[in-house]
Amino acid sequence: MSNDAALKEPFESLDRQRLSAALGMWIFLASEVLFFGGMFLGMTIYRQIHPDAIMEAARETNVLFGSINTALLLISSVTMVLADKAAEKGLKSAVLAFLAATAALGLCFLVLKGFEYREDIHEHLVPGPDFKLHTPAAQLFFGFYWIMTGVHAVHLTIAIVAVSTYFVRIWRGGFPFEGSAALPVLGLYWHLVDIIWIFLYPLLYLGGRT
Amino acid sequence: MTDAAAIRSAEAKEPPSYLKAGRTVASWLTTTDHKRIALLYFGSITFFFFIGGAAATLIRLELISPEGRFFTNDGYNRLFTLHGVIMVWFFLVPSIPTTFGNFLLPLMVGAKDVAFPRLNLMSWYLNMAGGLLVLACLILGGVDTGWTFYTPFSSMFSNGYVVLAAAAVFVAGFSTIATGVNFIVTVHVLRAPGMTWFRLPLFVWTQYATAAVIVLATPVLAISLLLLMAERLFGLPIFDPAHGGDPVLFQHLFWFYSHPAVYIMVLPAFGVISEIVTCFSRRRIFGYTAMIWAILGIAVIGFFVWGHHMFVAGMSPFAALVFSFLSFVVAVPSAIKVFNWTFTLYRGQIYFEAPMIYALGFIGLFTTGGLSGLFTASLPIDVHVTDSYFVVAHFHYIMVGGSVSAFFGALHFWWPKITGRLAPDRWARFSAILMYFGFNFTFFPQFVMGYLGMNRRYHHYAPEFQIYHVTSSAGAAILAAAYLLPMGYLTWSLFYGRKAGDNPWGATGLEWQTTSPPPRENFVEQPRVDEGPYLYHPDQVAPFEEAPERRQQHDPQGKSDPTRAGMEE
Repeated sequence: MSNDAALKEPFESLDRQRLSAALGMWIFLASEVLFFGGMFLGMTIYRQIHPDAIMEAARETNVLFGSINTALLLISSVTMVLADKAAEKGLKSAVLAFLAATAALGLCFLVLKGFEYREDIHEHLVPGPDFKLHTPAAQLFFGFYWIMTGVHAVHLTIAIVAVSTYFVRIWRGGFPFEGSAALPVLGLYWHLVDIIWIFLYPLLYLGGRT
Repeated sequence: MTDAAAIRSAEAKEPPSYLKAGRTVASWLTTTDHKRIALLYFGSITFFFFIGGAAATLIRLELISPEGRFFTNDGYNRLFTLHGVIMVWFFLVPSIPTTFGNFLLPLMVGAKDVAFPRLNLMSWYLNMAGGLLVLACLILGGVDTGWTFYTPFSSMFSNGYVVLAAAAVFVAGFSTIATGVNFIVTVHVLRAPGMTWFRLPLFVWTQYATAAVIVLATPVLAISLLLLMAERLFGLPIFDPAHGGDPVLFQHLFWFYSHPAVYIMVLPAFGVISEIVTCFSRRRIFGYTAMIWAILGIAVIGFFVWGHHMFVAGMSPFAALVFSFLSFVVAVPSAIKVFNWTFTLYRGQIYFEAPMIYALGFIGLFTTGGLSGLFTASLPIDVHVTDSYFVVAHFHYIMVGGSVSAFFGALHFWWPKITGRLAPDRWARFSAILMYFGFNFTFFPQFVMGYLGMNRRYHHYAPEFQIYHVTSSAGAAILAAAYLLPMGYLTWSLFYGRKAGDNPWGATGLEWQTTSPPPRENFVEQPRVDEGPYLYHPDQVAPFEEAPERRQQHDPQGKSDPTRAGMEE
């Protein structure tokens, strides 16, 4: 019965609907990859033009915060997959537990990122007149640092809100999570946010320390 | 495809049309019906078309005299920027996909709706949010960077509302991405039984290719504008040369979107022309498969030619050579399309009704615009005409002569399907012809004066160019009349136009098999497809050898359409 509830216009079978939702999300992810791609491209080009200044600046990021956050996001992707698998099997309490864990890990990431930002500001790592380093091009690195991590944090916030929304809907009951494509599609988005961080982490935290 | 009448007579009691499925304002603003969303978009883009058009009128008015009588330098800069921003992102990019694409794509593939109806509605609200931002920017005083937002002027020196305008475009970009995702999934998943990929009307193929370009190009515009906004708002040095940043990087990112955006604007027009030319010459499309490969070829190659906008911005000779070569290559599939439309006309039974006149006008204007594109693709000529009126004329021939002509052609062709009424054909033909001549009057002189050295974006100019500017402005007045006329007679036709019947043009395609206007669910029963598109005459038969009774019949203005029997009051 729950499968019928998940079926929506204009579809006539649940399989097609699930396929469409996944396909739509994949296409959107392609769009997202190009969105972040613009920033990665800019960073790559500036690294080529000013290798020394960019390296000098890259040593100023806090590798401890970055590493812990990487671990948190990787674990959150695991719990997201587990929530999805539990939904396939119809295990409501497990779905709720894993969704809660996913959202909580995401939230921990943001909190840690906040502490890291506070430290960055304290150390004058915001581009401007009183920037810590004196090579002009070093500010380019931190220009990208702030934008890239900021845009990533916005994406993560959206993902946390979406996961929490589905948590509440499933918790209240009545949401046909077994048949719905919501969790797999949400999972795809969550993993994208995770994967982007996997690229940001070496770029921003490890690059200067080779 | 002739059993529409049978279906209709079998179905004694028809469901109400989508227009009558709810009459309150709320039923329109919360609708998930792709046809109603198409009309919401139609309202909003018409509004923006006239705002952008008003700016163009003021520009042409200012340029009548060489010393610039009405505006300050700054005011003139804001005027052409506004014209560009509104026309590109709030009219041309969404124009055909969000109106005719939204309305027709599900009908043409035989689906009840697009794959994500609520996302479709959300895309309209996002577009409105972007529209409000651009209006706010306009009311507060506008922006003076040109529609291209080049750094470092836009990020560091401009005193206009750059962030507001960039945010407007950013938000509107999300709206088109939503539409693009929706279209791609709809074509993949919701085709009717028997509607194989190589039975799809070319309009659907162009929408599909356009959607792919939208999804892959728009995010790059979004990120370049976001970087620009971050630099302007927070002083993060991204394109700032003082910190080793590269302003040309912004240009690369911007044109990586904005050149494919040209194809976002013109590919849907190709689809429209393919539908109209076949219908009014009663011929199959010449080279259907070649047309599809040409559409896909343009979509793919279009991604690799952006550098030709930057030949004078500083680029290695090798890169310039490659971009120049690829710009010539992308003309090949466009030429294939023009030749195929012409071959489709060959020995057809051509009916010069309004949609056809718009379509023929499109072919002429697009060819002129395309050939002038080859001039600008070649390095030595491009260096000579860069930033001149030659370039202005070139892209207006493609975007206004091409896309806007096709938009009006589509409007007249599908008007009976959308509203259930026929437009008065004499008036429509008159305005189509007026548009063609008004357009050439406006923009052909710009080729000449551009080549002679008239720079774009200047409102003070050497007196010897005045004759061209006055001619151009006179043409713009004619063009304005040609745009305003349809407002009048199309509105008139809503109340007094003849009832259209299901298929007034005797056209093929699933959208003509349902009622006009279609019901909420599009089709009374799931359509099935067992033959290819454009079957206006039997396959493999030379023109004039076909038995006349086997040809799909067409009467001008649908006077003896069999499906209309008994509908005359």
